Amino acid sequence: MNRFADLIDRVGYEPRRNGKIRLIADYFRRTPDPERGWALAALTGALSFRHAKPGLIRGLMEERSDPVLFGLSRDYVGDLSETVALMWRPPGEAPSGQADGAPGPGHNNPPADGPTLSEVVHGLASAGKAELPGLVANWLDALDEIGRWALLKLITGELRIGVSARLAKTALASLCQDAERPITADDVEHVWHGLEPPYRSLFSWVEGCGERPENVNPAPFRPPMLAHPVDDEDFAKLEPAAFRAEWKWDGIRLQAVAGRDGDGTPVRRIYSRTGEDVSAAFPDLVEVLDFEGALDGELLIVREGRVESFNVLQQRLNRKAVTAKMLVEYPAHLRVYDLLALDGEDLRELPFDERRRRLATFVTGLGEPRIDLSPQIPFATWDELAAARADPASAGAGPDADAIEGCMLKRADSPYLPGRPKGPWWKWKRDPYLIDAVMMYAQRGSGKRSSFYSDYTFGCWRDGPAGPELVPVGKAYFGFTDQELLKLDRYVRNHTSQRFGPVREVQFGPDRGLVLEVAFEGLQRSGRHKSGVAMRFPRIHRIRWDKPAGEADRLETLERILSKGETEMHPTGTDGGET
Amino acid sequence: MAARASDLLTLTPQGLYCPGGNFHVDPVRPVDRALITHGHSDHARAGHQHVMATAETLRIMRVRYGEDFAGATQEAVLGEVLRVGEVLVTFVPAGHVLGSAQIVIEQGRCRLVVSGDYKRGRDPTCLPFEPVRCDVFITEATFGLPVFRHPDTAQEVAKLLASVRLFPERAHIVGAYALGKAQRVMALLRQAGYAEPIWLHGAMERLTALYKDEGVALGDTPRVAAADRAGLKGAIVLCPPSAIQDLWARKFPDPVTAFASGWMRVRARARQKGVELPLIISDHCDWDDLCRSILETGAEEVWVTHGQEDALVHWCRTQGIRSKPLHLLGYGDEEGDTATEGAAEPAAEPA
Repeated sequence: MNRFADLIDRVGYEPRRNGKIRLIADYFRRTPDPERGWALAALTGALSFRHAKPGLIRGLMEERSDPVLFGLSRDYVGDLSETVALMWRPPGEAPSGQADGAPGPGHNNPPADGPTLSEVVHGLASAGKAELPGLVANWLDALDEIGRWALLKLITGELRIGVSARLAKTALASLCQDAERPITADDVEHVWHGLEPPYRSLFSWVEGCGERPENVNPAPFRPPMLAHPVDDEDFAKLEPAAFRAEWKWDGIRLQAVAGRDGDGTPVRRIYSRTGEDVSAAFPDLVEVLDFEGALDGELLIVREGRVESFNVLQQRLNRKAVTAKMLVEYPAHLRVYDLLALDGEDLRELPFDERRRRLATFVTGLGEPRIDLSPQIPFATWDELAAARADPASAGAGPDADAIEGCMLKRADSPYLPGRPKGPWWKWKRDPYLIDAVMMYAQRGSGKRSSFYSDYTFGCWRDGPAGPELVPVGKAYFGFTDQELLKLDRYVRNHTSQRFGPVREVQFGPDRGLVLEVAFEGLQRSGRHKSGVAMRFPRIHRIRWDKPAGEADRLETLERILSKGETEMHPTGTDGGET
Repeated sequence: MAARASDLLTLTPQGLYCPGGNFHVDPVRPVDRALITHGHSDHARAGHQHVMATAETLRIMRVRYGEDFAGATQEAVLGEVLRVGEVLVTFVPAGHVLGSAQIVIEQGRCRLVVSGDYKRGRDPTCLPFEPVRCDVFITEATFGLPVFRHPDTAQEVAKLLASVRLFPERAHIVGAYALGKAQRVMALLRQAGYAEPIWLHGAMERLTALYKDEGVALGDTPRVAAADRAGLKGAIVLCPPSAIQDLWARKFPDPVTAFASGWMRVRARARQKGVELPLIISDHCDWDDLCRSILETGAEEVWVTHGQEDALVHWCRTQGIRSKPLHLLGYGDEEGDTATEGAAEPAAEPA
């Protein structure tokens, strides 16, 4: 565990991609099986422990500390695992500082007999819910700050050290010494989904001591191709005739893969964009994957032939159990836009037009109402496409326009490349809504924004019993630069009027306060919010240091957006557009 | 007693004020008569009519602000009891930086200690903190949360030296505050047996010379000339925190960015600053030392000037010690709580 802790500690501070790869590869080289295999699983997000939840960790700490001090610490550090790792005191540990000499074990000094990574993984997998707290507490007692942090990150499944699964696989591939037949991250990806941690056969193959593991997964995930946002300047360099356009659906990107295993049993899987197997959440879609191939498309909710907005789709997501009622009320639909493999043939090398032709034929042949083809938008010039983007309803999308968030541009001759290559695919999102609101409350952020006041609640004006009053309409915690964050943080500290635990109220009124220009993607009525509206994807677009608070927008502005519907109100031609 | 203490020391827009002696302690704006605990710029400002401080603090102020930084100065000798108006004043070592002192104020049977900034950890460059029994202890709370428990400084310096051994082709750029922290890091490196030159950014030079002059052994500390930078493979270079992300630092061979500060305990803080090698070395008390120091003073009442005052005030109350936050603006604001030190306030003297 100590060696793994040391690895993720160092990788977390290493800014350079190649530096991270070197550190991880070095760890793999120095660490025996199965330790390194479990580490690879942790780095790729392949481990999850059913009973180990943040609540358990919080509970352990609450039993052992003053709840007020714990709360303030958690708020300051902005990360539960790190807070507990730093606050935890093994029994009998002397307070720090007394001698300022060699520290005792447990405080900045990893005990030699701490648990191994394998012990932790096996322990977490086999322990019952009731035994778990005691088990975790014993491990915490037997580690030091960095070890405890690593353990808690592992348990909660959120390492957050700037390492993607892809990067870990790249590091693994780099272990291959064979210059004649090098192994790439793509090669690792290809066999990946058939393998289970601790990946002994995989390490053995990469290090040149074993055969290539047989990919027993007949329905593997293929890393998706992603698009870059297109800027106004880019269009001058792009030739309209070389591109095809589609709607950019406001749903969830999925990959639907079906095949047959050794004895001919159908295997059907649905993967998220990041390769997570989410089949269990969509039994209604899995059921209709009656083919052998791989589709790339968008998950949407379609009712009576009409695509519902993302707000509706959200009702179906993030639910623990999929109920029969939900399957009826929120029927899942896959709107496909690419075909990656069919009947054993990998199509990714083919040009987009050819894949699209085969996709159209395939969808027609499948004849499954839950799977349909994402239409293309005819256009000859960028201006024509801009008009379609501004008004999808009149450009062929009809009532589905609510579920459209812009256009996709794809080069007609582009092969399907994993990752985000620059050039072949572009996304051209519609302009956001903008309002001017007044900052009312601020709270410290977490992660990268830890200990900065970076989460802002903002409000709009309405008429109250005693004159104009601000009513909170939303909360945003990004959209600003690091430099702007410094200024906002300072502003909050210097203009605090009241403190409510972790929340600071800032000064606001008709003649005082800070105006924030807020961008958002959509609005929804909401009973949970005092203002009656909820924003989708709000972020700080600009900070209006110059604007008097009294001139910020009124609640009626939001009401108008709600009542007029989206297509009419899109503020095209605003000065922003850089979201 | 409580009523007496609050008569002895009150709060004005300039800062803590003692009516009986007609003086301020570490005032944030110019006043007639100021008693200064230590030379960091948030505590020691220029422009007062009369300044009383230790000889070292007065020297530091002279170096920073020029000979005419105050109308008149008076040297306070550590441990010597002085009458100022109706009160007695004593300066006692605080262990924070060279010359730093707590200020003990007594009238009748009431004794109050303004600790300024202080620490209990090992520091070869200044006298150690001496706890003083008192009725009211006025403390900072820069690291006043139980997550802050500083490691041994020798360990942190060993981390730096290990990195220098591991990357002999890279320069190690160590951000450290120009007064106190920089010299402490140098002294700790020497204690660890590091005999190579320690290179200094120009902004470090004058105060380092002052430390050497005061008899602190720091070895060879050449100033980095612009032309030297590319040749400093494997060297340790000290610079102000604001310089670690500057273009200045990029001219060194493949620099490793390090930062010596108590804030480096929190990962996000290190990452926000783009620090690759965090060194947890602080000139402030950690949580355990704050609590220990409060108990050692035997104070019945604790006032908390700045930092994480909520947590420390809460802890005092759980110990049956009356306590209140003073919410003093202007101290440590740049160092501490804003996480903006360095970049926003070049004169800041944090942690």
